[in-house]
Amino acid sequence: MMTKRPVIVELKNISTRFGSNSVHENLDLQILEGERVALVGGSGTGKSVLLSEIAMLREADSGEIELFGESITKMSGQGLLAQRQKIGMMFQQGALFSSLTVLENIMLPIREHRRIKGALLKDLAMLKLRLTGLPEHSAHLYPQSLSGGMLKRAAVARALALDPPLLLLDEPTAGLDPAGAAAFDDMLLELHAALNLTLILVTHDLDSIWTVTDQVAFLGERKVLVKQPIEQMVKDKHPVIQAYFANERAKRAIRQELI
Amino acid sequence: MKIEKHPPKMMDATGGLELVGEWTTIYLKELQKLARTQTQQVVSVAIDALDTNGARVLLDIIGNSPNTWPPGLTTEQRGLLELVRTKTDPVPEEHASVNLLAALGQQVFRVFRHGRELLDFAGQLTALIVSLLRHPRQLKIKMLLDVLQRDGLNAVPIIALLAFLLGAVIAFQGGLQLATYGANIFVVELISLIMLRELAPLICAIIVAGRSGSAFAAQLATMQMNQEVLALKSLGQDPFAWLVLPKLLGLMLVMPLLTILSMVTGIGGGMVVAMMQLDLSPVEFIHRFASVVDPIHFWVGLIKAPVFAFLIVNVGCMQGMLAKGGAEAVGHRTTRSVVQSIFLVIIVDALFSILFAQLGW
Repeated sequence: MMTKRPVIVELKNISTRFGSNSVHENLDLQILEGERVALVGGSGTGKSVLLSEIAMLREADSGEIELFGESITKMSGQGLLAQRQKIGMMFQQGALFSSLTVLENIMLPIREHRRIKGALLKDLAMLKLRLTGLPEHSAHLYPQSLSGGMLKRAAVARALALDPPLLLLDEPTAGLDPAGAAAFDDMLLELHAALNLTLILVTHDLDSIWTVTDQVAFLGERKVLVKQPIEQMVKDKHPVIQAYFANERAKRAIRQELI
Repeated sequence: MKIEKHPPKMMDATGGLELVGEWTTIYLKELQKLARTQTQQVVSVAIDALDTNGARVLLDIIGNSPNTWPPGLTTEQRGLLELVRTKTDPVPEEHASVNLLAALGQQVFRVFRHGRELLDFAGQLTALIVSLLRHPRQLKIKMLLDVLQRDGLNAVPIIALLAFLLGAVIAFQGGLQLATYGANIFVVELISLIMLRELAPLICAIIVAGRSGSAFAAQLATMQMNQEVLALKSLGQDPFAWLVLPKLLGLMLVMPLLTILSMVTGIGGGMVVAMMQLDLSPVEFIHRFASVVDPIHFWVGLIKAPVFAFLIVNVGCMQGMLAKGGAEAVGHRTTRSVVQSIFLVIIVDALFSILFAQLGW
């Protein structure tokens, strides 16, 4: 029997509004260490918004967020900075700095936070580059000359630069071909196993959900309706969840997984 | 809740050193120092935590071959070290810098290439105008009106103000000199000739290059990055007809009008200064203006305006269309468009001067 795992992310009573449009109302969510959680839900249910709130890039209108056991709601300055270093964020389009090479992109957070110089800095960046499966020669390429798959890997490499225990990914496999997406999923699983990562991903890719995640948090009706493994999720009787998984494309994906 | 911290250390042990503490990213600076100062053999390891960055430094200390790793590593730590070991590669060489002579050669070629690109684009624009004359329907009226408003009408206040101030400054400085000779009345010729022939078209072109030329370059560069230009092509549309022609036509229409505006306000500025400083009433000023200033000076100034407009659109749109890469390229191309168009405007202005001098205008 496993010992009880600590809670890494705890969302309590989160409400988010855009003008008069309410996206989250009294939303609760708990994510344990080592979990691989997918945030799913229809368009406009605030998945990406929730992710950026966890990443401390956006403040919820009300409610409390605890990361690694500490409330960030009233945190400022040094405390926030320390928390940020424990979180790696991969943006949907990669968001690599276009005026820096891939290696320089990865070096940036290490250099700025740890004040490391010289060969070690490059070696560490190179390690991250190779951990994400990028070829060596990509080190000195600029982001605009990378393919979609390489771009996403480079973005993960930068997110992992400081070895954060929590990795957030916004639509990691969107825009990749099926083979590329599968390879990316495999990389995520490998990294998760090797580095003791906790993964939270926003995704629409059902293949990804089946292979990568062990928990799925379904957003609907302005809250997290349920958080459970995908095997139970597809059998859930809740009408919104059924509608999401009941369409033909989803069924096909599920059928293939079950065979 | 206080979290205990265990910074990484090397402790003396029998026969060498023992590694303790947390070998993680937060202690990277300390770890680097340890790796540098390590002198003795590491005989055992009893570290509390290890992550990939820490493992990379640890490998530098204990070596790359698993057989020689000191005892005391947990299975997990060994696994992480194994992983990091297989992923450790030297940083590939960057492209060596070329020598001075080659750099000079490249620079010269670049200048020629820019000149060629510019002529290429000018040719395309000319062909565009010719084809417009044959098929007038390809003109996008709405986009043309947009340009007329944004780059013409909206520029009126700033151009009027700057030309007025320019005229006032010239009349003031020139007037000081003329007054010492008692030749106050000649301020009319001074300000009129200089504004009509030279400064009105020039100030106009410089402001439009900074205001509109840069905007053209930035807009087209961003559209190029977003693949919007390709999208137009794939929809069977001529990107030039949509993006360049309205700007070209609009600016060539608007620029002469703006030039006339700056002539009027510039001379107006001179008139105000003449009235206040040189005791020359506006009535006298206008009378003198009408009797001594030949209309040819007006035409000399005006004929430059559409040429300058052509140059500005040419440079701005070309820089935009040629943009490649990311956000930095947009900025770079925008800067280049302003610098190049002002440069070219002044060169062409000088050529005009020579031409008109030869013609005796």
